[in-house]
Amino acid sequence: MTRTKVLSVSQITAYIKSLFTTDELLSDVWISGEVSNFKLATSGHCYLTLKDGDASIRSVIWRAAATRMVLPRDGDAVMAHGYVSVYEGQGVYQFYIDHLEAAGAGRLWQEFERLRGRLTAEGLFDDARKRPIPARPKRLGIVTSTNAAALRDILRTLTARYPLVSVLLAPAVVQGADAPPSICAALEMLNRWSAEHEPLDAIIVARGGGSIEELWAFNDERVARAIAASNVPVVTGVGHETDFTIADFAADLRAPTPTAAAAACTPDLRQVLLALAGLKDLAQTAIAQRLSSARLAAKSLASRSRRASPERRLATDRQRVDDMARRASLAVMNTVRSDRARVEGLRLQLAALDPDRVLERGYAIVTRDQKIISSVHQVASGDVLTVRVSDGAFETIVQGF
Amino acid sequence: MTEKPTDETPPAAGDPGTFEALYAELEETVRRLEGGDLSLSEALALFERSTALAEQCNALLDHAELRVQQLIQKPNGSLDAQPFEG
Repeated sequence: MTRTKVLSVSQITAYIKSLFTTDELLSDVWISGEVSNFKLATSGHCYLTLKDGDASIRSVIWRAAATRMVLPRDGDAVMAHGYVSVYEGQGVYQFYIDHLEAAGAGRLWQEFERLRGRLTAEGLFDDARKRPIPARPKRLGIVTSTNAAALRDILRTLTARYPLVSVLLAPAVVQGADAPPSICAALEMLNRWSAEHEPLDAIIVARGGGSIEELWAFNDERVARAIAASNVPVVTGVGHETDFTIADFAADLRAPTPTAAAAACTPDLRQVLLALAGLKDLAQTAIAQRLSSARLAAKSLASRSRRASPERRLATDRQRVDDMARRASLAVMNTVRSDRARVEGLRLQLAALDPDRVLERGYAIVTRDQKIISSVHQVASGDVLTVRVSDGAFETIVQGF
Repeated sequence: MTEKPTDETPPAAGDPGTFEALYAELEETVRRLEGGDLSLSEALALFERSTALAEQCNALLDHAELRVQQLIQKPNGSLDAQPFEG
């Protein structure tokens, strides 16, 4: 072993360092790991170790960089950018961090934006694709976890607003790697049920609030496509007001929370009751008008019967018609007071007085030579009588008399 | 007094299909009632019907209870809806 070339510690350290600084990867790298031994020195520089299950790397954040960032704490999962180089004084390599963010966030948002851009370009989020949510649904599908607050919020809201609705729950995992296929399967099941059994008016896809990672299943392309492909309109209610997910963009309607999604699918019971009351009012106004025009018609009928009937009959008729008219106007007021019973009584009275209705009920007017037969003493066997019924008249011969 | 539609046993509470049908008929009945061109007896019959329908709608809303079912897939792949117990 010759000693032609002997290097000092400084020389070899400088050499090693040059290998680091000329390496493309090491001079510009993102590293993810967990923070430990974090220490903020009085100088303002920060010292920490990044580690994962198998390895660790000593790291430094110079004061200038540290003042620009939210400093991590031990146990934080982070993504850090910087370069790896050698600290000659201790003969160690270190990671010099110039940028740091909570793990996942940066990468996840890049993913989010990329997917959103791609699906937008594809037209998956077009307004033209959005279908209206029926105002008074018969049956709603719900895709969510069965043991979460989101479901309780939804059911409570539906009970309060529109308890007539039927709910069909398709349980799904709403967090983690299993969530996207689970949500897709639930949507598919509800669509199948809607097509094969009972049609659904809308499907609520919901999850309560959580961290960005917890909500991430709703930024999955498969979920977005399953929502867009649903034959039943989909309303999303994922996370809190400020959380927007890819699923929200793909949905026919995005509600800010599970509760809001339930509200978006149902009318308010108070509005339904108001609408009902409105219809009742319309009916009462209409019948009141009809009754007052009946009164006018009855008056004109009275003057016609004066010309056509015997004197005594006329007097009776006029009195009855006046009676009827009085009752009619009385009934109008009662009707407007929603007094159904009186209107019912009135209807029966009016029906009894209406000559057409009398005939309709099966009564007949029997005449001979235009004279009304009202007694057996007016006819003899063999007489030819005219019988008028509701829709015409015929002749008959008296027998067995 | 004879039995009128109002006195019939109301349909099972909480069936929105029934409510929708009743509500639609109510709207249609009121529309016809407002349309005119009716004999007095027709108008009264429609009015009576509209009142009965409104009462039935109200009764359904009063007694409605949210019905929750859970969709399950049977081993043979077919779907079934079963009552959901919170």
